[in-house]
Amino acid sequence: MSTPRRHRVVERLLALVAWSAVIALALIFLFIAREGLPALWHGDVGALFAPRRWPGYDEAAFIWQPVGKPPKLNLVPLLVGSLKVTTLAMVAALPLGVGCAIWVAEIASPRVRAVVKPTIELLAALPSVVVGLFAALVLADVGRRLFGFTYRLNASIAAAGLVLAIVPIIFTVAEDALSSVPQRMREASFALGARRWQTTLFVVVPAAIPGLTAAAVLGFGRAIGETMIILMASGNASVLAPFDPFSSARTMTATIAAELGETVRGGEHWRVLFLLGVLLFVVTSVLNRLGAWATDRLARRLGREVSR
Amino acid sequence: MIARPSTGDRTLAIATGACIVLVLVMVAAIFGTLISWGGPALSLRFFTAAPTSDLAGGGILPAVLGTAMVTLIMTLAGVPVGVATAVWLVEYAPPGAHTTRIVRSAVRNLAAVPSIVFGLFGLGFFVLFVGRGLDGALGEAVPRFGRPSVLWAGLTLALLTLPVVIVTSEEALRSVPEAAREGALALGATRLQMVWHVVLPQATSGILTGLVLAVSRGAGEVAPLLFTGVANYQPALSVDPTAGFMHLGHHVYVLATQSPDIDATRPRLAATALVLVMLTFALNLIALVLRGRTRRPT
Repeated sequence: MSTPRRHRVVERLLALVAWSAVIALALIFLFIAREGLPALWHGDVGALFAPRRWPGYDEAAFIWQPVGKPPKLNLVPLLVGSLKVTTLAMVAALPLGVGCAIWVAEIASPRVRAVVKPTIELLAALPSVVVGLFAALVLADVGRRLFGFTYRLNASIAAAGLVLAIVPIIFTVAEDALSSVPQRMREASFALGARRWQTTLFVVVPAAIPGLTAAAVLGFGRAIGETMIILMASGNASVLAPFDPFSSARTMTATIAAELGETVRGGEHWRVLFLLGVLLFVVTSVLNRLGAWATDRLARRLGREVSR
Repeated sequence: MIARPSTGDRTLAIATGACIVLVLVMVAAIFGTLISWGGPALSLRFFTAAPTSDLAGGGILPAVLGTAMVTLIMTLAGVPVGVATAVWLVEYAPPGAHTTRIVRSAVRNLAAVPSIVFGLFGLGFFVLFVGRGLDGALGEAVPRFGRPSVLWAGLTLALLTLPVVIVTSEEALRSVPEAAREGALALGATRLQMVWHVVLPQATSGILTGLVLAVSRGAGEVAPLLFTGVANYQPALSVDPTAGFMHLGHHVYVLATQSPDIDATRPRLAATALVLVMLTFALNLIALVLRGRTRRPT
């Protein structure tokens, strides 16, 4: 049967529009790279990554101080800040998220599960400014009262806020992975005399490892790209103290958010902020690929039973 | 089937149950805080007045209007594109082909791009490239399109929420039984007629789910708006798409970080956050209900 020409045209259009996501991705990279990459060939690349001995300083140091004279645009404090806050958040969020997933997938009764699961997932819908507000006003006060922080807002407070933002992601992916482990593996384990806890820890969790890895990777990607929570709760001072969780931290994302409004278009500072954007784009894309790869591995490992 | 719970079983149940309790307590703490601080500040005046210039008093009307406008532009621009992409992926894309895989992986990747990067892109592309270009073409003396505005912010959000629309619409289209498609084709419908008259009507509630989820996600995002049009203070109620706008989420950020007296601001700050949370949660509940309707076998 022949298709009317009008329909053919519409179908061609559909096929074209379907490239929207590909085009969007390409445009995003193109336009942030256009503003940011010139920092690598027009600017002083050494100063971006290597320590410098600035006039008035006793020794070479990594310093981010874009409004100083001369402007000091070393990215290391920001990279360290991002890694510090993200790592802190992951240390708490990974066990928490996976713990919740194990409880929901392996222990809870179906009726309890039907209530608890959407509640945790609802946490993902909480706008990050609201989480940031909660961290900056409530968690910061609790922290100061309990631990006597020198700085009210610091990396650990921002990390605590981030935990709230990434636990739902880790939970959702991990719970999916655990539930996709075929029932017959559990039954075989019970038949061999294993207890439920032994089955969970030594059969189900190992079988779901690729999925749990994906959960960790995707959670990390979300955490490193999060802006508002950190902007509101981390204190934002760019101090280089990678191993002090209670000092202030300035991340790549918060730096872009706080400083881009005050820079001159096309200036060195502007370019470096866009360069940070390029860096974030590349890092999160790579993490996303890794997560997808891990999920595929899980699917292949568990065979066809995953494809529900 | 299984032996009685052992100590190990109990330990595992308690350890993982504690995780659940901790998370639920946090959720409750957030709500409790917002309600106890913000509840008393909620009044009719709060919704119908503009904030005062020192941000120390007044209401949130301009922010509500701005949020509605930016979300509307986002929806109008993003949803048709997202649904069309999903239709192509489900009804036309050759399964397993190279192009299909590229599109799918781009959708996933787009969902992982940090929201602040969308903000940079919105500034670099929409405001400076498209906007300035338009100004040049139209011969505008003062920048009209080449400045941050609700239009550019809405389009930026449309791209940000595109993956949500695509993924949920895809799910909705896939839930339409194959028999319905075959029946339409057997009656002599073209593929496009089948999609338009049979598949899309059956997938409507699922597609609406995607729309609602996208709106909920878009309404809560602040980082992409920072350089694309949001204003700290703009009390005038304007529906000009080329003007800046106030936004509920951004208003929370501004009140929290730039208020001279945080204790005096706290009730209105918490009330603004409460309104934002209620909005996103109401949207999510609607999505949950719609989704329940999709899954029901027809």
